[in-house]
Amino acid sequence: MSDKISILIVDDEDSVRDSLLNWFIEDGYDVEAAENAKNALQLLEVRDFNIILADIKMPGMDGLELHRRIKGLNRESIVIIMTAFASVETAVQALKDGAYDYVTKPFDPDDLSHLIRNAAAQIALRNENEALKKRVTNLEEVDDLIGQSKAIRKVLEQIESVAQSNSSVIITGESGTGKELVARAIHANSSRRYFPLISVHCGALTESLLESELFGHERGAFTGATFNRKGRFEMADGGTIFLDEIATISPKMQIELLRVLETKSFVRVGGNKEITSDFRVICATNRDLGSMVRNGAFREDLYYRLNVVNITIPPLRERVDDIPLLVSHFIRKYCTSMSRDLITVEPAALKQLGRFEFPGNVRELENMIERAIVIGNGREIRLKDLPIGREAADNSVESLDELEKRHIEQILAKYNWNVSRSARALNVDRVTLYNKIRKFDLKQKE
Amino acid sequence: MLSCGQFDRTFLKMVAQAAEAEYRYKVITEECHLNLNPFYNPARRQYDGNRLLSQIPLCTISEHTKLIGLFRVDLYIPILTYIFGQAILGKNVAIASVFRLRNELYGLKQDEELLLSRTVKEVIHELGHTFGLIHCHHLKCVMHSSTYAEEIDLKGASLCTECRSMLEEAER
Repeated sequence: MSDKISILIVDDEDSVRDSLLNWFIEDGYDVEAAENAKNALQLLEVRDFNIILADIKMPGMDGLELHRRIKGLNRESIVIIMTAFASVETAVQALKDGAYDYVTKPFDPDDLSHLIRNAAAQIALRNENEALKKRVTNLEEVDDLIGQSKAIRKVLEQIESVAQSNSSVIITGESGTGKELVARAIHANSSRRYFPLISVHCGALTESLLESELFGHERGAFTGATFNRKGRFEMADGGTIFLDEIATISPKMQIELLRVLETKSFVRVGGNKEITSDFRVICATNRDLGSMVRNGAFREDLYYRLNVVNITIPPLRERVDDIPLLVSHFIRKYCTSMSRDLITVEPAALKQLGRFEFPGNVRELENMIERAIVIGNGREIRLKDLPIGREAADNSVESLDELEKRHIEQILAKYNWNVSRSARALNVDRVTLYNKIRKFDLKQKE
Repeated sequence: MLSCGQFDRTFLKMVAQAAEAEYRYKVITEECHLNLNPFYNPARRQYDGNRLLSQIPLCTISEHTKLIGLFRVDLYIPILTYIFGQAILGKNVAIASVFRLRNELYGLKQDEELLLSRTVKEVIHELGHTFGLIHCHHLKCVMHSSTYAEEIDLKGASLCTECRSMLEEAER
C-alpha cells in the first residue's frame, strides 16, 4: 500500500458516491467507490483500503454485515458507518462490532474533514507502531547465539519451546558461555518482548543494596535515600527480570525472593504500600544449585520455584565445531563496528583455536578475536596475533635475536614509537635503541 | 465569471482582478439570469450545488477556458450540510457562493472588506481545482482546505510555490 491514504466509499446512491468521491479526490486521497457491499468485497479481494465509508442501508447486504465480512477478511481497514436515519440501536451495534465511527448524513464538512483526519492519524500511528515493533524485534534479535553443533542446537530448541510459556527458567553454564544471551533470546522470543528485560547482577551487590535494588525504596528509608526509587521488580512489570549469579544471594534474600515469586507483590524498602508487578523470572548461575540445596546453602523451596525449566549451556570446548562460525561472526561484528574491511583467518590460527581449551569460553574467544583485529595487519588474523599463538610459538626454539627484536617491537608499540620513553623503559640510551631499530629493520605500522 | 444574483459591480471587478492576477488569464464577468427555483430543495432550504454545476455551462455562449458561477444562495451537495463552492477536478466548471462567507450569518458585524477577501480566496480556490490542483497542506496556500469561514481567513489568496509549479506543469 502506498503512503497515500486510500478510501473506499460504499453507497447505493449515485449522488452520495459522486459527492464523496469528488470531495476526497480534491483532498488528495486515493479513492474508489462501490455501489453495493458485493462490489465492495470484490474490490477488497483485489486491493486494500485504509478507510471504508459504508452506508448502513443498501439493497442486498447492509453496511453492518459488510463490516463483519471485512473483519472476517482480517483486513485492518477502518470502517465508518454512514446512515441517513440515525438510531441508537444501529449506532450501538456498529460500534459494538468494532466500527471506528458512526455518522449521520448529511455531514458537516468540518466534521467529515476531522473524521477522516483522525482516522488517517490513527492509521499513521498504527503504521508507526508496526514499524517500531519491527525495529525492536530487529534490535532484540539475538544473533550472537551462533552455532551448528548438536549441543547448541539443543539449547536453541529449548529457548524456542520455553519462550512462549511464562515458566521460570534457570540457565546454568560456565562463565562466558553466554547465559545472559540465552536469557535475552528467551525474552526476545516471548510475548513479553515489547516490555523491558531487566537484568540484575546479584553477585555484584551487598544484601542491603540488592534489597533496595530489587524492591526499590521510599524517600528517607535509609541514609542517602533522598528520593523514592522504583525497584527492578517494578521496572520489569509486563516483562522479564534476569537474576544473574542467583547462587550468591543471602539466605534472607532467598526468603524475600520466594515470597515475591509466590505473590508477585512486594513492599518498597521503608514503605508500607503493597506493589504488584507481572514479571517472568529467568536466573543464571555457574554453580551447581542442586548440590547447594543438598548442602543447605540454597533453599529447596526457592530452588524448585525457580527451576521449572533448566537450560544448560555447554562450554566451548564441548562444541569445537562451532569455533569457525563463531570466529567469522566476531570478525564481522568487530570489523563492522570498527569500520574496517572484513578480514580472513590464517588456517594455522584457526587450527590452533580449535585445539585451545578456552577456560573463559565464548567470551574469551570473542575478546581474542577483537584484540587480534586491533593489533593485526588488517588483512588476516595470524597465529601470532592470538595470545594462544604466542603460547604455541613459545614451544618452538626462538633465537636470542628474535626474542630481542620482538620485545623491542612490543615496547615501541606500547609507547606509540616514542623513542625516548621506549629507551627509558628498556633501560638503554636512545642511540642504542636507534641502532637496534636499524639492525632489526623495525618500522612503525600504519 | 458568471454572476448569478445581484452583486455590486466594484465587488465583481475586484474579484475578477484578483483571479486574473493569480492565474494570468483574462477574466470576463457576465451576468447570468438563471432561474434558481428548480434547484431549490425545500426540505433543506438550500440549492443543489451538483445540479447548478452542470447547469451553468449552458448559461453562456462566450468563449472561455474556465467558467465559475458566483452565487448569493446557500449551496449544498447531498452528502454535506453546506458547501462554500464546488468544482470537478481538472474540468472547466466551478461554482462558489458568498452566502456562508458573510459575517452576519454567524451573528457578527457586517464586514464587506472581509467578505471580498473570502470571496476572492474561494473563487481562486475553486478555479485551482479546475486546473487540477488538489488541497494543499501549506496553511497559507489558497488551495488549503477550509471547512468554516474563519478558516478561510487564515490562509492567503495566492498559490504556494508548490501549487504554482504544479499549475505551470499542468498548463504545459
